[in-house]
Amino acid sequence: MPDKPRLTREQIAQRAALELPDGAYVNLGWGIPNLIADHLPKNVQVYFHSENGILGMGRRAKPGEEDLDLVDAMKVPVTLISGASFFHQADAHLMTRGGHLDVAVLGGFQVSEKGDLANWKVPGAKGSGGIGGAMDIAAGAKKLLVCMEHTTKEGAPKIVRQCTYPLTSLSCVDTVITDLAVIDVQPGGLMLREIAPGWSFDEVQKLTGAPLMTLGRPPEIKLD
Amino acid sequence: MAHKVYSSLDLAVADIPDGARIMFGGFGGAGFPNNLIQALSQRGIKDVTAISNNCGTKDGELGLMFKHNQVRHVIASFPGPHAHYFQERLAAKEVALELVPQGILCERMRAAAAGLQGFYTTVGVGTEVANGKEERVIEGKRCILEMPIHADYALIKAEKADELGNLTYRLAARNFNPIMAMAATTTIVEVEEIVPIGAIPPEHVLTPAIFVHRIVQAKGIRYAG
Repeated sequence: MPDKPRLTREQIAQRAALELPDGAYVNLGWGIPNLIADHLPKNVQVYFHSENGILGMGRRAKPGEEDLDLVDAMKVPVTLISGASFFHQADAHLMTRGGHLDVAVLGGFQVSEKGDLANWKVPGAKGSGGIGGAMDIAAGAKKLLVCMEHTTKEGAPKIVRQCTYPLTSLSCVDTVITDLAVIDVQPGGLMLREIAPGWSFDEVQKLTGAPLMTLGRPPEIKLD
Repeated sequence: MAHKVYSSLDLAVADIPDGARIMFGGFGGAGFPNNLIQALSQRGIKDVTAISNNCGTKDGELGLMFKHNQVRHVIASFPGPHAHYFQERLAAKEVALELVPQGILCERMRAAAAGLQGFYTTVGVGTEVANGKEERVIEGKRCILEMPIHADYALIKAEKADELGNLTYRLAARNFNPIMAMAATTTIVEVEEIVPIGAIPPEHVLTPAIFVHRIVQAKGIRYAG
């Protein structure tokens, strides 16, 4: 089982991109979520929000095209699409917190069966840690997706009954997309919606720290 | 008319006392008042309470003040893994940190600016941010009480000022600057260009002059990394 292929980070991003409806206002967090912009299906136009005050962020700037006053939340020089706008940081987070964004996608260290998210600090890690915009985004997005590996590097489940890492927000996650599965957080528990090619329900359940439900045999994750 | 234009960076920060509470604008390398920070640090100020999204990159931006151990308290959202001097001072317990969610940092400053004595929010409920804070249920949602953040000074960066102090910002270099300008008792802005009163069309003004007390012209400095 350990040697079975899982989705790559790019493939997780590619699957997550399919969750973004045409015309949506979307915030992408650090890590895997940041790869999603490269995988949008053709004919889907979404408007990317950045918490430093940009709506309508375009692709990354090419060499020679960079303007250091135009960066994303990770400090990377970006471009704008037609129809973009700027605003200050308070308005940027008014959008995240106030339920104005259609979808936000964050990375995660742990997600609980109730949809609690821990994504800002590893217990015992050196340094201050930093919250950034994660708590505002998690609390306010109409729909919150989390993209992460299904297990830690040591093989421990990242989907758990209760988070043991410092929390970002309670009951905020709608859907988790991992290298093994697409899982919806429902009032009754975690519903496995799709499964990585070649994996069985029981195999995925063994690597998950909370009980999974399924409606019949879950379909495979399709990327094309 | 009060004369707001200062002839030098040193004069603009000359009277900021030790122990002052100071807001510093900027995000992601854009919109940092790097010239004012340098002038303040070189003056040898100490025991500052710094309110800022992050804590600099090495000795760039706010990093310079941690390098020289001039900050005692920090209120920040994302100090940053590249804030080496800050992280060293924190580990040595030479500086105390209050971590605040980024949007809540904005709103706490805005509450101070707006004469509001705090607000309730769902952000941070059940997390370590909620420790010691009053909790109540509003519209069926658990909320915590967040208090205003005031400051004696705000050091900010804008693109243009007119001689009255009306400001414009360039692209995403706006970020925290307009909010801090409103929240501090004394706002000091460094700008690329000072223009005559009336040269900025009123509908293009992003920070009205009422919030700006000192203006100094300085060529922008940026730090990579």
